[in-house]
Amino acid sequence: MTAETVIGAVPAKAEFRTCQYTGLKVDVAAQRLIIANAVAAVVFLAIGGLMGLLVALTRWPAVHLLPADWFYLILTGHGANVLLFWIIFFEMAILYFASAVLLNSRLAAPKLGWLGFILMIVGALATNVAVLQGDSSVMFTSYPPMMAKPHFYLGIILFAVGALIGCGLFFATLVIAKEEGTYEGSIPLVTFGALTAAIIAVFTIASGAIILIPTWLWSLGLISDIDPLMYKVVWWAMGHSSQQINVSAHVSLWYLTAALLVGAKPLSEKVSRTAFFMYILFLQLASAHHLLAEPGMDASWKIVNTSYMMYLAVMGSMVHGLTVPGAIEAAQRRNGFDRGMFEWLRKAPWGNPAFSGMFLSLVFFGFIGGISGVVLGTEQLNVLMHNTIYVPGHFHGTVVAGTTLAFMGATYIVLPLIFQREIVWPKLAKIQPYLFGIGAAGISLFMMGAGTLGVARRHWDMTFSDASIGFAHSAGAFLMMGLNGIFAIIAAIGGIIFVLVVVATAFFGKKITSGHKLTFPLFSGGGAVASHYGSEKAPKLPGTIILVTIFFVCFVLYYFINWKYLSELWLFR
Amino acid sequence: MSSTEQKAPLERVPVMQQILDSPFLLLFLGVTLPTVLYLIWGVMEVASVPLAK
Amino acid sequence: MAVTPPERRIWWNEPIERVELVWIVIAFLWGLFMFVFMIAWHFIGQQNLSKEAYRIAPSAYEAKVDDFAKKNKVREEAGIPVAKPKPGSDVYILGRLWQWWPILELEKGQSYRIHLSSIDWQHGFSLQPTNINIQVHPGYEHVISLTPTQSGEFGIVCNEFCGIGHHTMTGKIYVTEPKKAEAEQRLADGR
Repeated sequence: MTAETVIGAVPAKAEFRTCQYTGLKVDVAAQRLIIANAVAAVVFLAIGGLMGLLVALTRWPAVHLLPADWFYLILTGHGANVLLFWIIFFEMAILYFASAVLLNSRLAAPKLGWLGFILMIVGALATNVAVLQGDSSVMFTSYPPMMAKPHFYLGIILFAVGALIGCGLFFATLVIAKEEGTYEGSIPLVTFGALTAAIIAVFTIASGAIILIPTWLWSLGLISDIDPLMYKVVWWAMGHSSQQINVSAHVSLWYLTAALLVGAKPLSEKVSRTAFFMYILFLQLASAHHLLAEPGMDASWKIVNTSYMMYLAVMGSMVHGLTVPGAIEAAQRRNGFDRGMFEWLRKAPWGNPAFSGMFLSLVFFGFIGGISGVVLGTEQLNVLMHNTIYVPGHFHGTVVAGTTLAFMGATYIVLPLIFQREIVWPKLAKIQPYLFGIGAAGISLFMMGAGTLGVARRHWDMTFSDASIGFAHSAGAFLMMGLNGIFAIIAAIGGIIFVLVVVATAFFGKKITSGHKLTFPLFSGGGAVASHYGSEKAPKLPGTIILVTIFFVCFVLYYFINWKYLSELWLFR
Repeated sequence: MSSTEQKAPLERVPVMQQILDSPFLLLFLGVTLPTVLYLIWGVMEVASVPLAK
Repeated sequence: MAVTPPERRIWWNEPIERVELVWIVIAFLWGLFMFVFMIAWHFIGQQNLSKEAYRIAPSAYEAKVDDFAKKNKVREEAGIPVAKPKPGSDVYILGRLWQWWPILELEKGQSYRIHLSSIDWQHGFSLQPTNINIQVHPGYEHVISLTPTQSGEFGIVCNEFCGIGHHTMTGKIYVTEPKKAEAEQRLADGR
């Protein structure tokens, strides 16, 4: 950290432009890094997403596309490319944006940013090469004693080092912006959310280093043994926390999108920031979700950690779940859509893919990913679903229908504002978040359904046709896996449209010139519009109250249904 | 910067706001807490599994 | 605006909207309830995963399972011994590439001390269609007191990826109806 701070302290000349839509001062060096990281992210999304489609088509019993060896290879690649590479590249772009651009500051040491970027690219390629060579089909989690080739681990280590540099630059830019007085008072809420993501990223990457460096040495034959249980404890401090970076990042994007598209301001800075503070303190404890079915871990450790310390981080998420739609409702009512319960929502800019992506992400993350996550992470309930396909069902609800959809939505803002290109094929772009969102929600729900019926995750053949002792799953389980395949195709179509629109826009989109009117306009006045606290009456939010009430009822019902299932199991202690 | 400081009311910034405005304090908390509660405690749990009789 | 610094320098003292406050209280109390309920289930519930575990060399565990299978074997199925242990006794299951070994025959309503471990890679003990799922590690012997509450034929599937033959890794548990009426009574008492 100090190195970057020192470099940052040297007054550097930065080249700026002023954004005509938001009035923000954009450091051109930061802009280039944002573009590079976003492009890399989309490339890895395309690769990993395609692999995901192959996985789903293989798990569709009627199709059963790939042979077993290819299935496990592709599944390993799918995990690494979308769960790590796509997400973290995009998060680097968010970190640069939320620090340099939102603070009107120059980016600290852009050259180091490029070093980090190159390390991440080299790492991602090395891991992909290892996977495609075929002798590292160890799954994304690479549990020992199963061993991958050394460059599988080395690639992830290099990638993590590169990402750590990006986090360092984020912190250094915060320091510079404060010292150079590029903003007044506290950092914006979106930057605070990005700070939350960066903090969790530091813990994530440090944990990854603690476990992956010895594992790499083990694969080189320099260490004789890696304890599988110890590995799992430390690895998940990286594996699960990396998904908590996503949560913080996409919640920040919800606030960003709501601000830029409908002029929403947080109902209360204090409440929203405290909710992020709960994330900083407790969200990472949920790594214990992966150790509830292990031997030897004490119940007190499990309960404290799996509950994110008495569910205080869940409280944070529930708060965001109210304040984001609440801020939108308040803004829309101010914008004149004040009739009835839901005019504010009906008249929201649903034709703007940035908004639809953001709002669908909010709904799916809460209802599907959020609720299933708490249930899955309840100490005793975990035994009902551990390692069944319910688990991927849950995290496709969080990472795909939640994070990925939010990132896609944000891309439709990034393309005109940072790439400065007009979005090509606006009609396709308009339907893209719906296709992808419905597909992603479908695969999440049907995998959860199949998992409830006992279907295993990471499993090539649910008919067990080659097994010496046969076992037959219920017809319902087969139906669920078939539906999963169908919705995976829908999601894949949405994903392909996204990649095509982004690539075509980045290379062939019309250059945005001064005075250009955007196809998908921002809220008039954009980011620089003045907002006044306390100058108006407390907003009435009947629509939001109804939404969160429905959410809460679903949450409570689903929670108790699972306890009922559990109470009907065989007895064990 | 100095002009804005003079303009600002001399009200004391509440402690909680000071904490939320300090990125490095937050970084410290956000790394230490899970390291102690999850990692160290978890590793101790694994290390304390007894040998089979 | 969430993209600009807070309007007021000191935002901490701004009042919280009533809606937000009510929701925070609800979320906090619900979280507290869920937290307490996990603890409570250790006292009121019959399904709590045991902590009892030991470190053991895979070869030593294999020897224990072999010994168990030899002593309790009642017949063979497709070359795999079927072990019928005495109620309340120690029962050993071995996960290996790619089978759960041996096959068990248990009695409904009786409790058994089930030992689980692997001799090669990690495996996932997944009892179907009951849907009880427990992770199995090489080098760790996990002991669970298990009481079947249904009779019939149950499959054990592996749900932790363990290589190319992972999908062929299965096992079986038979649960027979208790011969004596008192077993029912015992089950009722056990609850």
